Amino acid sequence: MTQPHKPTGTQTAILMLEDGNVFYGKAFGKIGTTTGEICFNTGMTGYQEVFTDPSYTGQIVIMNNVHTGNYGTYEKDVESNSVKIKGLIGRNLEDRFSRYTADKSLQQYLEEQNIVSIEDVDTRALVTHVRTKGAMNCIISSEILDEAKLKEELAKVPSMEGLELASTVSTTEAYNMGDENSPVRIAVMDFGTKLNILQCMVDRGAYLKVFPAKTKIEELKAFNPAGYFISNGPGDPASMDYAIETVKAIINEKKPTFGICLGHQLLALANDITTFKMHHGHRGLNHPVKNLVTGLCEITTQNHGFGVDPEAVRKAANVEITHVNLNDESIEGIRLKDRPAFSVQYHPESTPGPHDSRYLFDDFINMIKASLN
Amino acid sequence: MPKDNSIKSVLIVGSGPIVIGQACEFDYSGSQAARSLREEGIEVILINSNPATIMTDPMMADRVYLLPLTVESIEQILEENPQIDAVLPTMGGQTALNLCKEADELGVWEKNNVRMIGVDVKAIDTAEDREKFRQLMIEIGVGVAPSKVANSLLEGKEFAQEIGIPLVIRPSFTLGGTGGGFVNTKEELDAALERGLQASPIHEVLVEKALIGWKEYELELLRDKNDNVVIICTVENFDPMGVHTGDSITVAPAMTLSDTAFQNMRNMAIKMMRSLGNFAGGCNVQFALNPENEEIISVEINPRVSRSSALASKATGYPIAKIAAKLAIGYTLDELKNQITQTTSAYFEPALDYVIVKMPRWNFDKFKGADDRLGLQMKSVGEVMSIGRSFTEAVQKACQSLENNAVGLGYYGQSVKHAEELIEYIKVPKWDRIFRIKDALMAGVSVKTIVEATKIDRWFIYQIQDIVNMEKELAKHDMQSLPKELLKEAKRMGFGDEQICRIMKEDASEDELYEKRKAWGITRVYKMVDTCSAEFEAKTPYFYSTFE
Ligand SMILES: Nc1ncnc2c1ncn2[C@@H]1O[C@H](COP(=O)(O)OP(=O)(O)OP(=O)(O)O)[C@@H](O)[C@H]1O
Ligand SMILES: [Mg+2]
Repeated sequence: MTQPHKPTGTQTAILMLEDGNVFYGKAFGKIGTTTGEICFNTGMTGYQEVFTDPSYTGQIVIMNNVHTGNYGTYEKDVESNSVKIKGLIGRNLEDRFSRYTADKSLQQYLEEQNIVSIEDVDTRALVTHVRTKGAMNCIISSEILDEAKLKEELAKVPSMEGLELASTVSTTEAYNMGDENSPVRIAVMDFGTKLNILQCMVDRGAYLKVFPAKTKIEELKAFNPAGYFISNGPGDPASMDYAIETVKAIINEKKPTFGICLGHQLLALANDITTFKMHHGHRGLNHPVKNLVTGLCEITTQNHGFGVDPEAVRKAANVEITHVNLNDESIEGIRLKDRPAFSVQYHPESTPGPHDSRYLFDDFINMIKASLN
Repeated sequence: MPKDNSIKSVLIVGSGPIVIGQACEFDYSGSQAARSLREEGIEVILINSNPATIMTDPMMADRVYLLPLTVESIEQILEENPQIDAVLPTMGGQTALNLCKEADELGVWEKNNVRMIGVDVKAIDTAEDREKFRQLMIEIGVGVAPSKVANSLLEGKEFAQEIGIPLVIRPSFTLGGTGGGFVNTKEELDAALERGLQASPIHEVLVEKALIGWKEYELELLRDKNDNVVIICTVENFDPMGVHTGDSITVAPAMTLSDTAFQNMRNMAIKMMRSLGNFAGGCNVQFALNPENEEIISVEINPRVSRSSALASKATGYPIAKIAAKLAIGYTLDELKNQITQTTSAYFEPALDYVIVKMPRWNFDKFKGADDRLGLQMKSVGEVMSIGRSFTEAVQKACQSLENNAVGLGYYGQSVKHAEELIEYIKVPKWDRIFRIKDALMAGVSVKTIVEATKIDRWFIYQIQDIVNMEKELAKHDMQSLPKELLKEAKRMGFGDEQICRIMKEDASEDELYEKRKAWGITRVYKMVDTCSAEFEAKTPYFYSTFE
């Protein structure tokens, strides 16, 4: 039970934002330098699931919750095989933890995963700044303490807008999951899928084949799928021409199709609905969504920096809005009127987060089953 | 669906005299509810036997009755006010619920064409009758501790034999754990059973296996008539199961819960709340969690605004009673606005970017001869709540606010006990346990030994260890040698100026330290309680001070 206390805890680290603002703190995780787009997550549980979520590729995450790391890390609480965030910013990052099943401290975990982090930052002031000024690039360093030098490094970082990242985190080889005798065969387009999305489908009896991002429709069809799934993932959906083409082809198959997050944006783009970069996005476990079909509400997990243009959705004759966000009325779910395809902007697998929306997986699997009869 | 327009005049039932376990929380909820209904244009009639409350101010309601909380008084009020069409029983604690249930059994509501809003009698029964609750939990697949319901001493003894010692006695239809207690030896059984049966208005107790070393949690929920449910606040007890939540030091948000365990708890809470039948308003659910395997067992559900919902309201900024009153008259959560941001929805779950610590305050010196050990029955007479940007800061602020001469957790008299004595002492929960844990750490006792002695989660003990380490570091200095960085860190950990001066080597004056601090720019900043951890702009937040 004697756990080492913050081996790097006394070392200074600096966070610099694209607009020149500088925050001093203490080094945590790996000693080094990292860059990315800054964003904040308001969730109070499930930090490890957040850190390993491929949709966070290229991003440096502020945890609004003031203590992170309290229950350590556990090899099973992951959404992919490595940490995907580029850096972590916290008020109190804890290296001493308490959980029977935990195998590592947050410090050890981030160090092993090469994640440069900073703590002791006035995260509330920082979040308020990001909320007001919008998403921007930033740099964290615990080795370069010269502000002019940091500024130089930061200038080299490309903007997230127009950035194609999905193919960098997609699987390189196709693979299968689930019971191969199941008639519920789903072709999964992997743009950086979370493990638990796949698990939610497998748990409901599906047999999956997960394909690399740039797989062509012919190859998907060769699997003889009964349905298609379009995954979540990082980056700007508008930069993904190859994926939009595939999704158009998928819709033409007229088989049950379900998209989540980036998958939702791609389904929109495939129907000539534009997407846009949000001011600072939605990231957390408490976003209120109303299902317009049932009239019921659900608390959802969200993680997105791009959105679907509400005006364009309303104009699209073949698209129906199924879910809206109760805070800002953004589009949370759509379905096609002439095809068995639907999608949501939020994360119904909800790891981490409330399980209110898992019914969508039931809906999808039932849709496929009905289509098989 | 908007509000039910057939409700034009509502009777709110207060909680009566301030007693241990039922204090000003219910004045707070009753007042909020009255205001909330009146802003909807509804007439509010109020009954409470306790004039020393805010809710009985003439300003609060259209009519205030200072009458004993009895069925006769209710009948008198209904006679004088035939326009009353509904009664709201969920704001006045257990007293109000029990009274409204009694009136219901006598047909008073029906006779006067008054309907109960917010909750129905069946829900009250299921929640408060330990046997019905147990049956329902088993039915819906939510875990409960092995237990049996007894209505007589003989039955109780028989079940105790079956279940085995140690066990606990838990009376039905009480609050504050009244009449409840541990049975650690055979000799204690008879007296404990008799006390429990006596305390229960229906002469019923639960004889239950004692859960030793389990962690205790409380969830505050809201449900509307469409079955939408949100969790407003999750509160973790620093003290494990066996110390009443009202006597426990509690912390929000939960500090040591993984998402897997928390979502499991959330799912269970929602299932429990939805299984209760007709209910629209605030509700409190308590759970026990086995830290070894994260197994969760339900302890109880209170289908009303509770002691801890007042705390949860202040802790999150979400006005539970105010919204609960609106839900009772037919609104749904998605129709209402977040009262703090005024632009976002009331259907959401608050996110916190600070730590809340609640610390109870006892007055054992005024109750000479009273047993000062803490257990199933609540003994505290009040509580303090503090807000900090870390657990250490919050816990020290709470200690400073107790008005018992404690100067933070860093300094409370000088413990005369030696390490061995301290280890023994902290095995029994008493009011000063957290101070003695700190003394033990000062004396070099290991975190492991303290966790074994107290069953308190080790994460909390690590945090107290940090406070101890800081105190030891400060003790090496005098005003001249005190480094700026150390002082800054101490302030961020919630050390008060007085506390630091007492700890430092030479006698130092608080004024001198304050001047030094100011010169170094180590000064307070003010942060908001805004329900959303800065995600949205807040229109009516409140503030706390901290050091950044
Ligand atoms: N099986 C058990 N083993 C150990 N402790 C228990 C057990 N059951 C309950 N307790 C403890 O007893 C305390 C009081 O129980 P409970 O909440 O049911 O009482 P109550 O009278 O309904 O109180 P209130 O309504 O004021 O919360 C709990 O907070 C918990 O710490
Ligand atoms: Mg209780």
